Amino acid sequence: MRPGPAAAAPGTGEPVARIVITGISGRLGRLLAQRLHQDHEILGLDRRGMVRKPRDIEVFAYDIRRKKCEGVFRNRRVDVLVHLNIMHDFRRPQHELHSWNVIGTQRLLDYAARYDVGKVVFLSTANVYGARPDNPQFLAEDSPLMGGERFSEMGSLVAVDMLLSTFFWRRPDLETVVLRPAHIVGSVRNGPSLYLSMPVIPTVMGFDPVLQIVHEEDVVEALALAANAPVRGVFNVAGAGALPLSVLIRTLGRRSLPLPYPVLKALLTRAWEMGVTEMPAPELDFLRYPCLVDDRRARAELGYRPRRSLRETLDLIRSGDPYAERLSRHPDGR
Amino acid sequence: MADPAAPQGPVASQALDLWLDEVGGWLGDWGDTAWEERILAAAAHNLNEFGYDPFGMSPAFIRKVIPLVRFLYRVYFRVETRGTREIPQGRVMFVGNHGGQIPIDGLLVATAMALEADPPRIVRSMVERWVPTLPFVSLFMARCGQVLGDPANSRHLLDQEEAILVFPEGVRGISKTWRERYRLQEFGSGFLRLALETRTPIVPVAILGLEEAVPALTRSRTLARVLGAPSFPITPTFPWLLPLGLLPYPVKVRIVFGEPLRFRGDPDEEDEIVDRKAAQVRDTIQAMLDEARARRGGPWDR
Repeated sequence: MRPGPAAAAPGTGEPVARIVITGISGRLGRLLAQRLHQDHEILGLDRRGMVRKPRDIEVFAYDIRRKKCEGVFRNRRVDVLVHLNIMHDFRRPQHELHSWNVIGTQRLLDYAARYDVGKVVFLSTANVYGARPDNPQFLAEDSPLMGGERFSEMGSLVAVDMLLSTFFWRRPDLETVVLRPAHIVGSVRNGPSLYLSMPVIPTVMGFDPVLQIVHEEDVVEALALAANAPVRGVFNVAGAGALPLSVLIRTLGRRSLPLPYPVLKALLTRAWEMGVTEMPAPELDFLRYPCLVDDRRARAELGYRPRRSLRETLDLIRSGDPYAERLSRHPDGR
Repeated sequence: MADPAAPQGPVASQALDLWLDEVGGWLGDWGDTAWEERILAAAAHNLNEFGYDPFGMSPAFIRKVIPLVRFLYRVYFRVETRGTREIPQGRVMFVGNHGGQIPIDGLLVATAMALEADPPRIVRSMVERWVPTLPFVSLFMARCGQVLGDPANSRHLLDQEEAILVFPEGVRGISKTWRERYRLQEFGSGFLRLALETRTPIVPVAILGLEEAVPALTRSRTLARVLGAPSFPITPTFPWLLPLGLLPYPVKVRIVFGEPLRFRGDPDEEDEIVDRKAAQVRDTIQAMLDEARARRGGPWDR
């Protein structure tokens, strides 16, 4: 890591880095800040602000698209930018997804380039590869990003990932790191968690794809490693292993309801139009086809090791009710 | 690691599972449980704590399938197998002739290696890209250890010292009509590059009988396109008897495993050189086929 500003970590005497975390009040941002704030100086950038934040973290409640953000980079000498503030909510209008994800990210990258930020860490998702019948069982980092092909809502996430790749090539002097984790589970509020917390889980009849799940704390660990280690490039992040969807559902003690694909697709399309689901119909491909990643690179170069076994990860999801916890944590409803 | 033989509740889709239990119960276990244990032991490496391998293979599922495939192998097709003794341990690539419209040749070769080889091997066939889109079929294949035929998958399996089965003719081979039977089609060279790269011995396999089991008089390109299938055969019974017409006729099947071929060289060599090696494999299999064909009386032997 580049030596940070002159300040020294209290007690240790080691130099600290100044790290900006966007989306700090989200679940992953919060965990990452907790993980890093002992050793580093953390600045947060989050439109939502941050309730119950540690005292040593300064948070700017700015929209990442706004000009005000530039001031953070201009006035503070930022060493590392960890960009987590991506909108995954496919119910938002397409133009808002695009402006937030693509334009917002582009602005942040501009600041990083202009104000000499040494490292950019971006949390993408393995879903950018897309779930396709002819995917190899384990996708390497150089596989084409086909996620937006049948699934236009996914387009902005693919676009951001590509934006980072371009930045990686254009600025060889910067350590650009892109992490592509498999389905993140835990107390995060995302597609897989919502799907698995349904009382009866619909599945596609005749299909039972193998899935990778990764616990949020393992993702945070990978982010911390990426922020600390002198590496650059794209890294897939998988959890402790892969298991078929049916086994996942059974181990969570839930019931599945297999429906033929055309029926499920019709139902889901209707539900989407009525606004009662957050899952667009093309996402059903993730319940039919494989989208698993090969994480050998992260293990070799980042030294990433998932700390939780599959069984432990599942036990954790099973014991905590993510829905109730989520409501208590975000009184503002986000 | 889980005991692969432990009952684990439904291992695949429940309908498929119940059906297998039913068929398995009806066919009985033939009192061959010791061998069954050895087959499960062969499948037991590289399983996660839930009893699945990274490709979704489940020994518990394979156990349910064994009675069915043993019936097909021993009773229905009365398979006669030669050459299972010479098969190398560790990573190995079986290369066979494809034929018979439905990929039952892969199933029979895998069954031969499970029932006849000592110790038994689990063979992972590399299946057509079309298969993963088929409900139930794709599930059945994956749980039995069959894998999408992608070079990355083959490399992954060979690195883990597994046995894989490839049909370099691909769809061209399986969709041959009656007139072209047992004439090997052109071989791709991908399998050979992979064998060079991973230093894997190639075992040529000749499979005789299946071209008569589902004899295609012709094939319909239009219907194949409409259904999105790689090929649509017209046989004496298909499509007239609907899917039932694709049921293979109970011919006698012969499988010959040849001596392993070991190639050395640069996997990134010019096409010309690699193609020549691939042609050598092809010629070996063709010669084995011709020889086996001359030896047999006819497809309807007992």
